Amino acid sequence: MKLTLHIWRQRSPTAKGQMVRYDVPDVSPDMSFLEMLDVVNEGLILKGEEPIAFEHDCREGICGSCGFMINGVAHGPSRGTAVCQLHMRQYKDGDVLFVEPFRARAFPLLKDLAVDRRALDRIITAGGYISVRTGSAPEGNVIPVPKEKAELAMDAAACIGCGACVAACPNASAALFTGAKITHLGLLPQGQAERDQRAKKMVAQANVEVFGNCTNIGECEAVCPKEIKIEVIARMNRDYLKAAWKNRESYRDDDPVELALSRGKP
Amino acid sequence: MAPLKIESKLPSGPIEQAWEKAQFEMKLVNPANKRKYNILVVGSGLAGGSAAASLGELGYNVKCFCFHGSPRRAHSIAAQGGINAAKNYQNDGDSIFRLFYDTVKGGDFRAREANVYRLAQNSVRIIDQCVAQGVPFAREYGGALANRSFGGAQVSRTFYARGQTGQQLLLGAYQALERQVDEGTVQMLPYTEMLDLVVVDGHARGIVTRDLLTGEIKCHVGDAVVLASGGYGNVYYLSTNAKGSNATAIWRAHKRGAAFANPCFTQIHPTCIPVSGEYQSKLTLMSESLRNDGRIWVPKKPHDKRPPDQIPEEDRDYFLERRYPSFGNLVPRDVASRNIKMVCDEGRGVGPSGLGVYLDFADAIRRLGRATIAERYGNLFEMYERITGENPYEVPMRIYPAIHYTMGGLWVDYELMSTIPGLFVLGEANFSDHGANRLGASALMQGLSDGYFIIPYTIGNYLASNKLEKVGVSHPAFRSVEAEVVAMTKKLLSINGTRTTTSFHKELGKIVWDKCGMSRNAGGLEDALGRIRGLREEFWKNVKVVGDSNDLNASIEAAGRVADYFELAELMCIDALDRNESCGGHFREEYQTSDNEALRNDELYSYVAAWEFTGVKSPPKLHKEPLEFHYVHPSQRSYK
Ligand SMILES: Cc1cc2nc3c(=O)[nH]c(=O)nc-3n(C[C@H](O)[C@H](O)[C@H](O)COP(=O)(O)OP(=O)(O)OC[C@H]3O[C@@H](n4cnc5c(N)ncnc54)[C@H](O)[C@@H]3O)c2cc1C
Ligand code: FES
Repeated sequence: MKLTLHIWRQRSPTAKGQMVRYDVPDVSPDMSFLEMLDVVNEGLILKGEEPIAFEHDCREGICGSCGFMINGVAHGPSRGTAVCQLHMRQYKDGDVLFVEPFRARAFPLLKDLAVDRRALDRIITAGGYISVRTGSAPEGNVIPVPKEKAELAMDAAACIGCGACVAACPNASAALFTGAKITHLGLLPQGQAERDQRAKKMVAQANVEVFGNCTNIGECEAVCPKEIKIEVIARMNRDYLKAAWKNRESYRDDDPVELALSRGKP
Repeated sequence: MAPLKIESKLPSGPIEQAWEKAQFEMKLVNPANKRKYNILVVGSGLAGGSAAASLGELGYNVKCFCFHGSPRRAHSIAAQGGINAAKNYQNDGDSIFRLFYDTVKGGDFRAREANVYRLAQNSVRIIDQCVAQGVPFAREYGGALANRSFGGAQVSRTFYARGQTGQQLLLGAYQALERQVDEGTVQMLPYTEMLDLVVVDGHARGIVTRDLLTGEIKCHVGDAVVLASGGYGNVYYLSTNAKGSNATAIWRAHKRGAAFANPCFTQIHPTCIPVSGEYQSKLTLMSESLRNDGRIWVPKKPHDKRPPDQIPEEDRDYFLERRYPSFGNLVPRDVASRNIKMVCDEGRGVGPSGLGVYLDFADAIRRLGRATIAERYGNLFEMYERITGENPYEVPMRIYPAIHYTMGGLWVDYELMSTIPGLFVLGEANFSDHGANRLGASALMQGLSDGYFIIPYTIGNYLASNKLEKVGVSHPAFRSVEAEVVAMTKKLLSINGTRTTTSFHKELGKIVWDKCGMSRNAGGLEDALGRIRGLREEFWKNVKVVGDSNDLNASIEAAGRVADYFELAELMCIDALDRNESCGGHFREEYQTSDNEALRNDELYSYVAAWEFTGVKSPPKLHKEPLEFHYVHPSQRSYK
């Protein structure tokens, strides 16, 4: 089949970008979307032009490297799919596709379709972990975890950190991402000791990173390649409120917002 | 350069106490002094991530590098099936000794006993560590950890988190790493690719990196360098590895004096989705667990083009069940892959290309019901359908082997140190524990064992035993390596030929796959060597790399990696040619039993082949590390 692509090209973070049209003949329905871009890029290189920059690695929907908008939808039209898992049999001859980077203030553009999502790492740095020294763990079966709890925790832990939730949200909120980690760790018995602190610190960091606030629109859930449920945001809010209400002093006696600020912005 | 020494430092005494004894004999670094040591960790996968986190926690000053935009994106994230541990939770007769025994045997007696024993011992602690970190392993209704049998093991010792075990283990290590970033003990440098190693007075003292966003070339000084950069399966172009996985870090270290061990030991995974066209960019693994319930077959007659549902039972050949009655579809990976190739070579392969066999769930669905099968493999079936457009509940899956893992890697001693003092190598990047064939669910175990439980001790021993001179980036050794790195990038950009890097990579991959893949022979390997050298020369005259060196430029990244693959591919063929026996993943057609099983030659080849680099155009020098077996007596593997 034949497709027409309009792709966002922008040489550098500060350069001016624009949509550029590419006509792609001979698209096989068995190709993945990224393989189609590979073919376009090979052609560009042979013409001496720079290939379209996009991030990718595993190409099986697990590393979270890929991600851009196709016709305004993060990761394209298929539900529960990262764009690397999207196959061209979804499209038909003559389709016109508009391909643009994820846009959010907290995700500065790097080049073409690639954006910098390190703000998400900083949210984890702020407290998205259970503190356990290497070698100090008790026997694995000492703490039983009810199967349902483990399954729910796994549902939230499936997040691949791609940032589609942020790109889809009109407020560019990272609530689904942050909520997923808070839910994963908060559901497990191992995660209880730091639960309050975790919610406070991670939420503070998300705010510092210029992500917007969640107003319960739900676009995030619709585009999430791992179909993480918006319920994780409710759990995050509950943990956060509880922690704030208890107003417990942190063991480090640090103000989470001050700490978040010190972790620095891009 | 000092003459290369192969000293394995294997501990003496009974194997059960060897590691503990070795640990006791190692020197310690005073807690207050640790922060004075700078350690450079290249890689943030299971091996690098767990190492950087643990070293930071001990108080060392750590810099951790990855080419990915975030440490969490390392290729370990893609591992599906699970991780082994000798917990014997199932009360089915597992033990540390059994895991050790299975791994030595599975590796076809080409691994060191002491290393493997330590790995089996550490396996237990890994699970404890990961549970404590919050890794959501599968659970039984009573809340205990669940296990499954995996990859042909006869006990259930595999721990898993749905089909996303690697992801969950890596997130555990990543979170531990981020905790250290917050503590200020680890500085994380994503989007940073190591392009060379700096050796000063015979010790690894630093690396040269390229910032992938700005193109800036930079030197980093350290008291020790830890490489955990993953495997080199992408030499073959098509593999189950992530697109970015590459051999540059280990190859450039090899060229600076680190011996490369057993490069021809590569693993081919039997159950991958077959290639569908020229544009194919990578291959997708279908988890090995599918072989627990799926039955593998091909038509009895060659070129039988009937659709599978019209081929009656009597015209089908369930060849693994037929040839290996006791293991059936669960024979180890190398055996399964070779048999699949054999039936396809006979013209009995299925699918448009003839390079495929059926993996059929019809019987299992009949026996257990569709719901049970969906519960066990639902996500895999869905993934298969997404890629192929076929529904495996109704039509048997088609699978074909693909390159999946590399047992070979930089040579390391028992302390995981390479032949360059101060250069440590962990995870898939080293050659250590799997011999000639790796068992399923053992790579994750090894990466974490290396990172959490070995390097924290052994690196201290090195630091405490060596007085290193203070050096800075202005040291002549740094200046000259940096200049070489800059020159190479310039050179690649200046060629401006007519072929893309990818077209070279594809051609190289095909040569290596055909001649140094599932089966090899002397003639084919000689032929491959000639063609690889020719292609390499053409590459350096005719490759086309576009753009600038001072920004995000995938074209430059790829060209540098492929340049290394040419040299590595050559070494793989040389090693394969030199090893006149068949063992594990290395099947030399000249050396097989009358019923086509691999024929080892323990008298002549019971050694680790450690190759020394002597120049791109001069033959590498072979050093042999003899292997001794005191606990598991070498026998011909039999899965009949
Ligand atoms: C599809 C698939 C499924 C698998 N399933 C299983 C399984 O079920 N069980 C099992 O035990 N094993 C499995 N394996 C094998 C296992 O996943 C790998 O062997 C293991 O994860 C490798 O870990 P690592 O830490 O050594 O390297 P990797 O995870 O590959 O990490 C490499 C790191 O090094 C960095 N890096 C590389 N080069 C450079 C450079 N030059 N400069 C800077 N940084 C660099 C990368 O950015 C990355 O952070 C699977 C493998 C594949 C391909
Ligand atoms: S490339 Fe890894 S999720 Fe898409």
